[in-house]
Amino acid sequence: MSNSKFSRRGVLKTGMVASAGLALPQYLRADSHAGFTNAPGDSEVILGFNVPQTGPYADEGADELRAYELAVEHLNGGGDGGMLGTFSSKALDGTGILGREVKYVTGDTQTKSDAARASARSMIEKDGAIMITGGSSSGVAVAVQALCQEAGIIFMAGLTHSNDTTGKDKRANGFRHFFNSYMSGAALAPVLAANYGTDRKAYHLTADYNWGYTTEEAVKSSTEAMGWETVNAVKTPLTQTDFSSYIAPVLNSGADVLVLNHYGGNMVNSLTNAVQFGLREAQANGKNFEIVVPLYSRLMARGAGANVSGIFGSTNWHWSLQDAGSQAFTRSFGTKYGFPPSQAAHTTYVQTLLYADAVTRAGSFNPCAVAEALEDFEFDGLGNGPTLYRGADHQCFKDVLVVKGKENPENEFDLLEIVEVTPVGQVTYAPDHPQFAGGALGSCNPGA
Amino acid sequence: MDQFILQILNGLDKGSAYALIALGLTLIFGTLGVVNFAHGALFMLGAFVAVTMSKLLTLSHKVVDEARTDFLGNPLQVDVPYIYDWFGQAAGDVIIDWAVPISIVAAIPVMIAIGFIMERGLIKHFYKRPHADQILVTFGLAIVIQEIVKYFYGANPIPTPAPSAFVGSFDFGVVLGFDPNAIIYPYWRLVYFFFSIGIIAAVFAFLQFTTFGMVVRAGMADRETVGLLGIDIDKRFTIMFGIAAAVAGLAGVMYAPINSPNYHMGMDFLVLSFVVVVVGGMGSLPGAVAAGFLLGILESFASMSAVIDFLPGINQIIIYLVAIIILLTRPRGLMGRKGVMEE
Amino acid sequence: MLGLEKKDFRLLLIVIGLTMLAPFILNPFPEGSEMAQFNAGYPDLMQRFVIFGIFAIGFNILFGLTGYLSFGHAAFLGVGSYAAVWMFKLLSMNVLPAIILSVIIAGLFSLLIGFISLRRSGIYFSILTLAFAQMSFALAYSVLTPITGGETGLQLALDDPRIFGVAQTASGNIPVPAIFGLEMRASYELALGSWLFTFNAGYYLAALFLILSFYLAIRIFRSPFGMMLRAIKSNQTRMSYTGLNARPYTLAAFVISGMYAGLAGGLMASMDPLAGAERMQWTASGEVVLMTILGGAGTLIGPVLGAGMIKYFENIFSKINDTILHGWFAFLPDGLENFVVAIIHPFIGKGWHLTLGLVFMLVVIFLPGGLVQGGQKIAAMFRRKQPEDAQSKATEPAE
Repeated sequence: MSNSKFSRRGVLKTGMVASAGLALPQYLRADSHAGFTNAPGDSEVILGFNVPQTGPYADEGADELRAYELAVEHLNGGGDGGMLGTFSSKALDGTGILGREVKYVTGDTQTKSDAARASARSMIEKDGAIMITGGSSSGVAVAVQALCQEAGIIFMAGLTHSNDTTGKDKRANGFRHFFNSYMSGAALAPVLAANYGTDRKAYHLTADYNWGYTTEEAVKSSTEAMGWETVNAVKTPLTQTDFSSYIAPVLNSGADVLVLNHYGGNMVNSLTNAVQFGLREAQANGKNFEIVVPLYSRLMARGAGANVSGIFGSTNWHWSLQDAGSQAFTRSFGTKYGFPPSQAAHTTYVQTLLYADAVTRAGSFNPCAVAEALEDFEFDGLGNGPTLYRGADHQCFKDVLVVKGKENPENEFDLLEIVEVTPVGQVTYAPDHPQFAGGALGSCNPGA
Repeated sequence: MDQFILQILNGLDKGSAYALIALGLTLIFGTLGVVNFAHGALFMLGAFVAVTMSKLLTLSHKVVDEARTDFLGNPLQVDVPYIYDWFGQAAGDVIIDWAVPISIVAAIPVMIAIGFIMERGLIKHFYKRPHADQILVTFGLAIVIQEIVKYFYGANPIPTPAPSAFVGSFDFGVVLGFDPNAIIYPYWRLVYFFFSIGIIAAVFAFLQFTTFGMVVRAGMADRETVGLLGIDIDKRFTIMFGIAAAVAGLAGVMYAPINSPNYHMGMDFLVLSFVVVVVGGMGSLPGAVAAGFLLGILESFASMSAVIDFLPGINQIIIYLVAIIILLTRPRGLMGRKGVMEE
Repeated sequence: MLGLEKKDFRLLLIVIGLTMLAPFILNPFPEGSEMAQFNAGYPDLMQRFVIFGIFAIGFNILFGLTGYLSFGHAAFLGVGSYAAVWMFKLLSMNVLPAIILSVIIAGLFSLLIGFISLRRSGIYFSILTLAFAQMSFALAYSVLTPITGGETGLQLALDDPRIFGVAQTASGNIPVPAIFGLEMRASYELALGSWLFTFNAGYYLAALFLILSFYLAIRIFRSPFGMMLRAIKSNQTRMSYTGLNARPYTLAAFVISGMYAGLAGGLMASMDPLAGAERMQWTASGEVVLMTILGGAGTLIGPVLGAGMIKYFENIFSKINDTILHGWFAFLPDGLENFVVAIIHPFIGKGWHLTLGLVFMLVVIFLPGGLVQGGQKIAAMFRRKQPEDAQSKATEPAE
């Protein structure tokens, strides 16, 4: 160290601090004796709301965040209680979770799996969150779910529609309330057959990534079972903004139905382009040409504007449902924010309540106890009718809505109308269904 | 055969968008020597001029309609545009319907002004700085512009339809002797194509036939000598920046009905437009235009399902693949000039 | 010392000190205080600081020395992560083979891309590298899904072979990455008063690699090879007149920086065993360019500072929400509190991009040499009495 100016005293000081650190080792969290990661203290419990705040799904993320704030308010006894009053389980009483006040932290997933995991890890490591929830794409849901499994945290998925989330990428610590590609296909096919007949030729445009593949497969197999024929299925790049070169050949391909397996900005653009090319007015094979969008969201419908009118699709929930739970939620959300909630807001609100309820029924925050309380839990009053949280794959089974774009919307939120509520029996599948093959839940991980 | 004609049409249409954006970018590259990462943001701002115009035209006051109720059961508040009060409902609807063409008129002064402010306020201090610094500052600016737009308009796309007179498609198939519906093309996209050709021609004519253009072209070739001749090249460069901004903005306005504008549409086009400019060759306006059309047409061909079945994923990479091939076979792109941005 | 000049050695010591004491330095605020929001001393972010530091140091060897601006460096980081995760899937959860393989694979990949791209210079080179990286991203996200996992990223599974390890742990979970039994996520927590400091095994492993990388970078900067690279930057034509062929040197620099990126990718996968295609997108390549310029291109320490700054904004500012703001300003009268919160609101949480964009602009406008120049200015203010010392202390740009 001859050419260094480090003083001896400085080195000594550093050494002392370091040895103090070694003398007082506390392995992992101070509360590791509780036997699971981030066991909450006696006065408060922290939940992590990990939603897209930047990027194309930022508005969806903002709506999720509103719903989370509402859920926290209701759990802590504020507001009008929302769906707490209609929920079939009466374990929650508005005093927080197990007597602890609910606090929350927020983060930005950027709709990128890396950023989402970074944000989730900071919630777990820095803020001590006991549960992570949120997200607006399957890529993020699957990535964060795997992280939570590893860290020993419960993950309550937000908006994620790919079969893989509770199929080949399922995890014991992850739970999904939202519906999936298979359910969309199963719910849509009969309605399509009833409206458009069983002798149809379909042309698929599919987003070239996992969610697109599962949705295409689901819609294809269930419409083919109804007698439809699939003429062609073309993959489109995620980054595509102008779909004209994919839409242009459709009309002359012999098809008379176009299925757009697109989501978000892709769907807004492909649908807008399809309408521009006059597909709505066209005739093919002596029938009216039709367009189908398997997964609808209100925000997407808003982006596509008048182009959605009359187009069929499926959705997890819609605020115009007349059951008591939906009405209660729409009322408290609408009163607080001035407009009706989206399906993303609904699923995240419900997930938060379901988690809180499971903890209360289990009497513990231990992820394994919570998972046990959620598995095969049957409930009602949260907006989708009687629902089962199936233990075999942690997927909720409930009614699925088939919707259609409204012809004459009254305002920018009133864009979809419910065509049919497909009963749960029609969308239920076996846990080992080929579309969900591969992967295993594993066993729950309490962490620490 | 009809499929090929259809994809050539598509390619020309896509290509005209690429060419128009690349033209503005290469004007700034070539004349000012500035790597402008905020160019995509200018394109986006153009589209939002159209959005803002349709918002302004539908600016409304609330009228309570006791007969109907909203989703919470309260009396419904109906928005009535002021324009109805002034011109009556029928005329008001026509004006609102024509929001996009009207905003073209508004976009030219707005975008030129934005260009001036950007150049005078920020870019001119970076002429002598390394390209790396230019990238950092314009990238920062692009983010700031985007975030401001997002703050006011949200992240969701905003539908901005073309006037109803342009709804529907023209059937080329019938004209060319194919089956009906074999080759159809939307009217608005045809308008976009001819509009782009018009703008491109105007820019070329301006540079070719005016004294101003001559000086700028001379400046592009040899800036120092032109400066030594006592010509105030800086002022002309400011104007050039304004023109480039206006070209990007007009491209954006006209694009708004094709795809609903959102705040990050500029970033989506940014990388692509850089590729187009470089493939065309640095410092060459005709090169940028040619590369725009070439890449547009090739991209369209690559999206044909027969091609994708043969080479899966080719539609994902075609533009980059073509860029690599061209740059490896022609050292300075299609028509690049020696020594521009080669260090 | 270690073959370094005095001031370089001191810089190395500073880096060693900073990385080793980072858990203290990054956690200056007591737990539970309002300012604790700004603490960055938790394992994930500390790991990210050093990993992106390594990535930026490597990038700077190419860009800072030769002036070749690669816009596709994220591809090497992505390839490195995929290689590492595949090692975890096939071999074992030991991080060493994974990291070694990721460096090798990234090296080979960068050799291929560098060999082609370096046939051109300037912006033509930049676009070639960009094109390769974008192609890698697009294919990894879509048609290469069986190899890369596509949208959901490449993940570990319970039924992976892991021939030298266990497929699953006794409790039925996927094992976690470790180095000879020491898990990357293992942490010691030290409570001193109301302060809490976390010492994480993964962080210290990554920090060790950072120090090695930094040392290697100093040696490269000061070597005849480094001189040659600088010569290429200042005047390649003149160099070729002297009969020297610049290509092998630039290619070597390209491959070295590609291997740095691969190391960063391997470490990233070791800390968190998932590799997503977004790591290769142009925005990720752009990020490392911004980190380097923001910190000060061509300086030794600059890229590390730039990396830290961007990651800090991304991870800390994005997590501040209105509730926290109201907590901070609760002492103000209600009206004023709401006003202040409304003013700050656009810059935090979902507005963190805006803040970052403004920082980019401010830094490049007022500190043309990047953050390093800012540091030098501050240092000069404090050391006016010892001008000589200030000069030797300053990190000089490569030019």
